[in-house]
Amino acid sequence: MERALNGFIRALRLAGVEASTAEAIDAARTLALVGYDDREGLRASLAVVLAKSETEKAIYDTVFDQYFAPAAPPAPAPDGGRSDGPQTGDPEIDALLAMAAGSGGEGGGGQPAADATRAQINRAATEAGADDIRFQSQTSYYVARTMERLGIAALEARLIDLLNRNTPEAETQAQQLADARDRLRRMVRETIDRRYELYGRPATEQFMTDVAVNKSLAQLASSDMPRMKVAVARMAKRLAVKHSRRQRIRLNGQLDVRRTLRANAGRDSVPFDLVFRYKRRDKPRIVAVCDVSGSVSAHARFLLLFLHTLHHTVTDLATFVFSNALHDVADVLERLSFEEAMAQILRAYGGGGTDYGAAFAKLEEDYWSSIDKRTTVLILGDGRSNYTPPRLELVRDMAERAKRIVWLATEAPGRWGTGDSYMPRYLPYCAQVSHCVTVADLERAVDEVLEAY
Amino acid sequence: MRTGRPAAKTDAPAGLASVEAITEGLASAGYISTRQISTALYLAHHLRKPVLIEGPAGVGKTELAVSAAQYLAFPLLRLQCYEGLDDAKALYEWKYGKQLLYTQILKDKIGQIIASEDSLKAAFGKLGGFQDVFFSREFLEPRPLLQAMEQPAGSVLLIDEVDKSEEAFEALLLEVLADYQVTIPEIGTISAQVPPLVILTSNNTRELGDALKRRCLHLHIGFPDARLERDIIRARVPGLPDRLQAQLVAFVQALREENIRKPPSVAEAVDWARTLLLLHAEALDETLVRETLNVLIKRESDVQALQDRVLPLTKGAIETGGRPV
Repeated sequence: MERALNGFIRALRLAGVEASTAEAIDAARTLALVGYDDREGLRASLAVVLAKSETEKAIYDTVFDQYFAPAAPPAPAPDGGRSDGPQTGDPEIDALLAMAAGSGGEGGGGQPAADATRAQINRAATEAGADDIRFQSQTSYYVARTMERLGIAALEARLIDLLNRNTPEAETQAQQLADARDRLRRMVRETIDRRYELYGRPATEQFMTDVAVNKSLAQLASSDMPRMKVAVARMAKRLAVKHSRRQRIRLNGQLDVRRTLRANAGRDSVPFDLVFRYKRRDKPRIVAVCDVSGSVSAHARFLLLFLHTLHHTVTDLATFVFSNALHDVADVLERLSFEEAMAQILRAYGGGGTDYGAAFAKLEEDYWSSIDKRTTVLILGDGRSNYTPPRLELVRDMAERAKRIVWLATEAPGRWGTGDSYMPRYLPYCAQVSHCVTVADLERAVDEVLEAY
Repeated sequence: MRTGRPAAKTDAPAGLASVEAITEGLASAGYISTRQISTALYLAHHLRKPVLIEGPAGVGKTELAVSAAQYLAFPLLRLQCYEGLDDAKALYEWKYGKQLLYTQILKDKIGQIIASEDSLKAAFGKLGGFQDVFFSREFLEPRPLLQAMEQPAGSVLLIDEVDKSEEAFEALLLEVLADYQVTIPEIGTISAQVPPLVILTSNNTRELGDALKRRCLHLHIGFPDARLERDIIRARVPGLPDRLQAQLVAFVQALREENIRKPPSVAEAVDWARTLLLLHAEALDETLVRETLNVLIKRESDVQALQDRVLPLTKGAIETGGRPV
């Protein structure tokens, strides 16, 4: 397969487009059909073959622009009128000078020469292993290696030699050589920078996301937020694929006699078609109650992010937040983008003193009807209630009404029951209590919740 | 096809020979295509791959298949997906009634047939020759997928709203989509004589499986920009005054930016254009918009939310529409 296409697909994969080998083969066939001549035609064609969702199309467009960069306008050469170029008599150095001159895009070569130069530098960069670049700090290293590949050593040696001669004409020549070297270095640096954008940055980003998933929620800085969004979105997609379809379970080979007879009535009730019995699994119904008070402020953003994504996974989801009073935020989470929703919720309801009892009381007063035998109540919080009455009787009622109560605790079990923590007293009514420190924990817990349906 | 290159396939119908030819062909059927859409069809034919089209409702996903079939003069075979769709409705079914009749006849005739044989073994040998008839093409009722395979001169197979079917059904599609063949255990494999142009549409109510996506080319059709939408309206609703057309498109485009649950699609814009044409409207004004807004917006809550926005939106549309596009 063509090398250019190979590199492009690699860059796509790093950026998060899942192009399989089969799709790569399709891309090669497409390329054979369409060719490189028409850039927009190529873009449209490969988009159809390689990017298979709306998000992937957006990524694809960016990577395509980076990778198949249109020919850059020729940079003005620092000093004009050198069209013949200096001659040194050494073919290797002459070639380098020609390249540097080509970069100017003026003089003897013009555009074709510039293209040739770029191709040469690209090849040298690939040979120097620049595709493996991972961190921005490696740029200088790869620039040096690429320059080496281009054969800069001979030019450097000549340069030192000229400088040591100490004659005026040697000095001018040295100046020309130094200019050419700097120009080449600049071009090589541009090339390496582009490689980093294509291969290095996405790989680093990927790595950082993986780290963020396993980092404690309390330690996450707000700069981790974009990464968390990626991770949580990925998680929501996984959960959606697994749980969103309506589940039908066949009861092993039990014949549904009534429906079999009906289905075959037209054939004199000779049972050609057999209809088996199955039971339908309920779609998940979740009532989520999230603590956004001061004591869990470090977690609240992530709990909210999590609830926001959950809204797009679970159709039947009611969400409430509370610090000292309970509020229904389902509409806000569903309608607004995450940033807006979070800002609005935290501004309006966040940061107060916690009162679990009052929240449960309000839940009973206004929303009790939304909790029934098919509902899982998901409580996210630390169970610290500022010594206000815990209203255990309400939690007991709720446990009886609901399918079950799942508590996602933000504190480690060792701290339950210390100070104003009511965790041990709420514990008996919960079907499941998970200690969620990281996003990975959250995913596991919710997967279990959805699994139970 | 780029200029200067030999045609990749000489047997390609003229209508599919190049991206430009497809755009023209679709235009002749009243479908205003974009380069992306035509490219997808072009590749679908030349790579022999199905196209999966995703996008919001009412942007012309189904219409594309219908128009393609129309201008290529191919038969259109349509399979509407829904929950519970199975192979008996999508692939093929046995004609049970006919098979029953056949066994009845067989019962009557069987005595005569084996009367001349004196040993049991010989009688079985004779019957052996008849057994295959029971599961044969004669008793096979082809459904859309099999029908598409059997078209002698090509066809357009539209598998509509594939996201409404169950995941198990996707697996059923894989053989058809990858190899253009249907395997019937009793008979064998039936391969397409001419591979059909397969178009799948999805409204993304659920994520489709990776296996299906991998086998398809993927085309996303979003809402068109103003220029394209005007072309569409012009093609679909001829006779609408130019000025009104520009205002209408500007209004619809602005409406999509509003915070509403179900933004108006192209189909609804076309309906609105037809409505305005019927009302002999010359230009937009606030009362006209208020009276006909329910053609464009189908949700009551959205209509309510837009109450205060109608006036500024109309003003904006009249201003934008006045300028030449």
